[in-house]
Amino acid sequence: MVPTALNAAASDVSGAASDTLVSIEGLSVDFDTGRGTVHALRDIDLEVPRGKVLGLVGESGCGKSTLAYSLIGLLAENARVAGGAIRMGDQDLTRLGPAAWRDLRGRRIAMIFQDPMTALNPVTTIGQQMLDIQYRDKTGRAAKRARAIEFLEQVQIPDAPAKLDVYPHQLSGGMRQRVCIAMALLTQPDLLIADEPTTALDATLEMQIVSLLRDLQRKFGCSVLFVSHHLGTVAELCDEVAVMYAGEVVEYGGARAIFHTPRHPYTQALFDCDPARIKEATRNLPTIPGTLPDLRQPPPGCAYRARCPHGWARCEREHPPLYAGAAEGQQIRCHLADPEEGAA
Amino acid sequence: MSDTTPTVTSRAPLPEPTALARTLRVLSGNRTGVIGFVLVALIVGSAVLAPWIAPYDPVAIMVGPRMAPPSAEHWLGTDNIGRDIFSRVIAGGRIAMLVAMASLASALSVGLALGLIAGLGPRWLDNVLLLLFDALRSFPVIVFGLAVVTIIGPSLFTVVLVVAITSVPIYARIVRTQTMALKNAEFILAERAMGVGMPRLLAIHVLPNVLGPLLILASMDVPLVIATEAGLSFLGMGVRPPTPSWGVILNDGYNFIRNSPWPVIGGSIPIILVTLGFTFMGEALRDIFDPKLRKAR
Amino acid sequence: MLFYTAQRLVLSVVIVMVAVSILKLMLHVVPGDPAVLVLGPRATPELIERTREAMGLDRPLLVQLVTFFGNIFRGDLGHDVFTGRAVSRIVLEQLPYTLILITVAIMWSAALGIVLGAYSALRRNTWFDTLSGIVSVGTISIPAFVMALYSVLVFAVWLRWLPAIGAGEGFVNSITHLILPAFAIGVSWVGYVARMVRASMLEIMGQPHVRMARAFGLSERRITRSHILKIAVLPAVTLIGTGVAHLFSAAVFVEVIFARPGIGALIVQAVNERNYPIVLGAVLVTTGIIVLATLISDLVIALLDPRQREEL
Repeated sequence: MVPTALNAAASDVSGAASDTLVSIEGLSVDFDTGRGTVHALRDIDLEVPRGKVLGLVGESGCGKSTLAYSLIGLLAENARVAGGAIRMGDQDLTRLGPAAWRDLRGRRIAMIFQDPMTALNPVTTIGQQMLDIQYRDKTGRAAKRARAIEFLEQVQIPDAPAKLDVYPHQLSGGMRQRVCIAMALLTQPDLLIADEPTTALDATLEMQIVSLLRDLQRKFGCSVLFVSHHLGTVAELCDEVAVMYAGEVVEYGGARAIFHTPRHPYTQALFDCDPARIKEATRNLPTIPGTLPDLRQPPPGCAYRARCPHGWARCEREHPPLYAGAAEGQQIRCHLADPEEGAA
Repeated sequence: MSDTTPTVTSRAPLPEPTALARTLRVLSGNRTGVIGFVLVALIVGSAVLAPWIAPYDPVAIMVGPRMAPPSAEHWLGTDNIGRDIFSRVIAGGRIAMLVAMASLASALSVGLALGLIAGLGPRWLDNVLLLLFDALRSFPVIVFGLAVVTIIGPSLFTVVLVVAITSVPIYARIVRTQTMALKNAEFILAERAMGVGMPRLLAIHVLPNVLGPLLILASMDVPLVIATEAGLSFLGMGVRPPTPSWGVILNDGYNFIRNSPWPVIGGSIPIILVTLGFTFMGEALRDIFDPKLRKAR
Repeated sequence: MLFYTAQRLVLSVVIVMVAVSILKLMLHVVPGDPAVLVLGPRATPELIERTREAMGLDRPLLVQLVTFFGNIFRGDLGHDVFTGRAVSRIVLEQLPYTLILITVAIMWSAALGIVLGAYSALRRNTWFDTLSGIVSVGTISIPAFVMALYSVLVFAVWLRWLPAIGAGEGFVNSITHLILPAFAIGVSWVGYVARMVRASMLEIMGQPHVRMARAFGLSERRITRSHILKIAVLPAVTLIGTGVAHLFSAAVFVEVIFARPGIGALIVQAVNERNYPIVLGAVLVTTGIIVLATLISDLVIALLDPRQREEL
């Protein structure tokens, strides 16, 4: 483990411990596959701030969804937590049994999924599904119905009372995602996990959903873990951002810092590839050359080494720790950010 | 962090399994598949070699005592007129395999032809054929078989005909669907535009796509065919005695069921083994060659 | 929905008409005098003449078909060659026995199959799953008539627990006579339904809406019931609907083996006597019931699955 730089960074914000809702400490998750053990998450340290939006960015397969699912205990069957802890209040979520998990889900933690087309039960009405998730409340059916209508209206679904009797396939994708958001908020969670909630939607809908999420998050004050590979939505929505690569957090900081002064070469490459940020008209969209390393045997040095334009011998040899960056709270897992390297 | 990763310096990429390795793994992880192949080999083998491995003449009477239980001389005992049941069972396998091969081969070829015609022909012809398929499928096989027997009388040929006619719609529908899908595929349209003839297109694109699934389905249908043959013969409407069909053996056994269980047991074991064998084999073939079919059934 | 049902009903009638026409025409495709064919070696000149007349064989084929269907729609299925009784009467007398038999058979086996399949899927890769898998494959590989023979052998000959001959008289007696035949027909359906339900359960258990239900902390019980099983039984309904034809086939053997009255026994007897009008009438009625069953299962699916309902 590489505690020094991390502890230094953590101690900067240690005075605000109560500002943290969930703290992930050294979390590692493995997947047992027929072709070997995939070390999908390795030694993740991250804090979900209370009442703020934390963005999780990275390309497909970087482990951001795995991290999101491990926060609600819904990892695939072949996954197992290989180390570390997820602390929420006085509980370590990695040690919870099924009953304890059930108690948290739909009460303190809720989730919005990637594909609204398949996230709702196809043979049950929207209303019934919204009543079902209120099973903890001792109120009557009429009160639960009223609450369902109230939250459908919160997500700006027109003619909400009529929508209760509708089946999911009768709604458009955008409407269904609004229903999912309404259901998640209805449980008034402390933590809302949104796993690429806009990926399956087209661009106009995407912005609508994102601004809806932004407004509702402010209104209800819950923490949000927002997973996305779309930098634009992250910039719009998030207070803090963690960039993930090959199962690790490679850069962390306030959204402003990450977007204005990205330090990690991978973060910089992500921005270079974002079509929204390309200023000149071009026939060839830029890409990051190379592919993710084989996570059955992660490289001993820097995971990004093979694709990095700046790498040198040290990157091959030594796994970079999280170095503190210039901006407050910013951390970079790159030897370029090592103060001693700059001095040398 | 570096201490959690293996300290490998020369990092050869981990090997990916090849197609052959995958096949072997499916088979080795699939014990039932292996059992299926072994059973099918055993049954087909004994059917082919029947005249040489049957210890007695299957139709010779009084080769032993009547209705004897299994013994060293008669492995499955003897029937009501002293015939050796084991020999009759082996010989019956020949009839079963013959019926299965003849009826499935004709059903496959007719189904292929009708399916292509339905898929490529004009709309009205397609509708007529579909109606015909639906009508044929709505008969219970045995009931239809009995009706045909009234017309042309019971025989081995009747059984083959009945099974073939009732199986054609299943195969024809698959071929039709596949042909239709390909007919409108863009690459086919492009090739047609370039002047490639339809027969050639069919031979290159449709047949290879359709033949595999059809053969797998056919192998899974073998038990059904054999049960139909045995069933009709049991009712006296299929293979006629004294020819040793499994159904005939069972019928003899049923008539004397209160005297000896052995003809019933002897006649039913091969039917059960055939069903197990071909079902397992078909499922293994499907898993290896066409995972998509998993859902089709 | 109503329009769809009506449309399907018309199509069903057409299918049955085509099916029966096939059988009717077959008689004329086969070389030889249909009357002689139908009567077989026992045909006397007088009987041949009577049959020709009864079947209207002296008229053109098309006229024969039209008259035939005209009669059918008036409820006239022709007459018994020997006794002259109306075929419709004879068939309707036998039909209830068969219907009760196959209904009881499919009900017990489907219920057991659904439970078995559902528990196997929920306890995947446990000893229970393995055992129920073996049982399922085992029951599938035993054809109904072999099962019927073994039922007679074990329960009637060896153990002497249950009667194996006839349909019985009086309520309780009829039920004891129903047990073995319904068992023999149903057994393989336990396997079919269990395998089908297990497979579709496993598929649905991996779908996002189940994960979503779990993310809201719903109990596993509730998830299984209203998010998994409710969808997983749909293919089983289709399976049973299209399986009614197989049930009738099985009923033929079971009725013969247990010497029960019923459509199957009637057909076998009619074939033996070469009583073609009865064969044709019985086939017509069974085919009609089968087509109707397919239609009903489609409508049941539409009731259970709103997505299907929309497409109608």
